[in-house]
Amino acid sequence: MTEYAFVTIKNAAKSYGALEVLKDINLTVQRGQIVAIIGPSGSGKSTLLRAINELDPLTSGEVWLEDVQINRKLPFRQYEAHVNQVRQDIGMVFQHFNLFPHLTVRGNITLAPRMLKGLTEAEADTLAEEQLAKVGLSEKIDEYPSRLSGGQKQRVAIARALAMKPKVMLFDEATSALDPELVEEVNLVMKQLAEEHMTMIIVTHEMDFAASVCDRVLFMDQGVVVEEGPPSVIFQNPKHERTQNFLRKHLNR
Amino acid sequence: MGLDFSVVPSYFSVLLMGAGWTIAITACAGIISFFGGIIFAIIALYGHWTLRLPVRAFAWLFMGTPLLLQLFLIYFGLIQVGIDLPAFVAGVIGLGLHFAVYNSELIQASILAVDKGQYEGARTLGLSRGQTLRRIVIPQAVRAVIPPMGNNMIALLKDSALVSVIGVMELTLAAQQAISRTYRPFEFYLAVAFCYYIINLALEAGLRHLERRIAASR
Ligand SMILES: Nc1ncnc2c1ncn2[C@@H]1O[C@H](COP(=O)(O)OP(=O)(O)OP(=O)(O)O)[C@@H](O)[C@H]1O
Ligand SMILES: [Mg+2]
Repeated sequence: MTEYAFVTIKNAAKSYGALEVLKDINLTVQRGQIVAIIGPSGSGKSTLLRAINELDPLTSGEVWLEDVQINRKLPFRQYEAHVNQVRQDIGMVFQHFNLFPHLTVRGNITLAPRMLKGLTEAEADTLAEEQLAKVGLSEKIDEYPSRLSGGQKQRVAIARALAMKPKVMLFDEATSALDPELVEEVNLVMKQLAEEHMTMIIVTHEMDFAASVCDRVLFMDQGVVVEEGPPSVIFQNPKHERTQNFLRKHLNR
Repeated sequence: MGLDFSVVPSYFSVLLMGAGWTIAITACAGIISFFGGIIFAIIALYGHWTLRLPVRAFAWLFMGTPLLLQLFLIYFGLIQVGIDLPAFVAGVIGLGLHFAVYNSELIQASILAVDKGQYEGARTLGLSRGQTLRRIVIPQAVRAVIPPMGNNMIALLKDSALVSVIGVMELTLAAQQAISRTYRPFEFYLAVAFCYYIINLALEAGLRHLERRIAASR
């Protein structure tokens, strides 16, 4: 039996017109592994992350989740059905939360499970309660997002993604839009997920968090992975000059 | 000859009936204009061209010509092609479609104003395009559009007086009938103006209530 790596990216390339944003990127993320992607602004981190769930499809290359190719070339209707299916297994958390403002916290969490997995209202409610308890927001279940702090919104967004029971979670600068004092509560939730061995790919500007939570760190610059390795190596003994320069600016110690 | 409002009370029931019809027309046409507006907006933005082009031509016709003419066309014109609608139905359809076109413009703008992150948030969970539109985008667009659409509803109430010309016994025609018997135009038109004003106040209060209710979820 083949042991599938959870996420496999092969020869990924992406251009916007003449601008090459990703250049021949290869990445394998094992089950339960936690990978951080760091790098300067505009290096292609978000683009790579968003290619994994086909929000920004690659120009060429392959993305696999276990034995399913995510970016299959299919006729339009089949393609749509296919991505709608595979996206259910890939949770994504955005910098700006993207909660649905017209739905309560409960509505935000239960919408997709009810529509896509056919859960009954009672089952979905139980699920929402479980997921909210996990992110420590049980008492907010009937609030609208506009009444929550940024940190609470992001925790709800994580609960919403988890309610789909994804196989992998993608985080695109989940704490960048937060006031400094609200960052920790979101980091705690992510650490807790790490302890439960959720497979995660985390784009972040927080080097301390990456160092303490992740198994592997990728440093990207100008559309390529310049260097990758365990955090101890990347943060303490980076080989490449570009990595060293970047870290000098971002590790203020 | 001075003003003498003492003749008005004896026509109270006539005016009340008229007010009833005005409210009924406004409510029915309002509902058509609301849902019609949503449907036109979706077709205009996402429809196949075989639907989009006729809808655009239709919108043009309804925005570019007088409402009065549209009512004549629907009520008198359609008879010639074998469609004989009751005056009330013709009036409701005419008013409803006319304002649906205006509502559609508002809804289109507010659909386009929904944040891109909302689509991404929904699609990432696995919702299809259609599901995202129905459950995420349209509800938000409609909420945002309730205040300006309320203004259209108030205009609709006032323009409902036009269906008197095709013989619907609403407030304005009821007043005319009373006037033809009493020769008291000033009194009756004033009385009817007052009725419109009261209905208008009620409509505005209803709209404000609706706005307050959706304010929490914005
Ligand atoms: N839709 C687009 N059209 C054209 N260029 C784009 C588009 N999206 C991204 N880019 C370009 O692709 C490059 C990579 O962008 P990306 O958002 O992936 O960077 P990033 O590493 O996530 O940066 P940041 O840290 O600022 O979020 C940038 O040069 C950006 O300008
Ligand atoms: Mg980014």
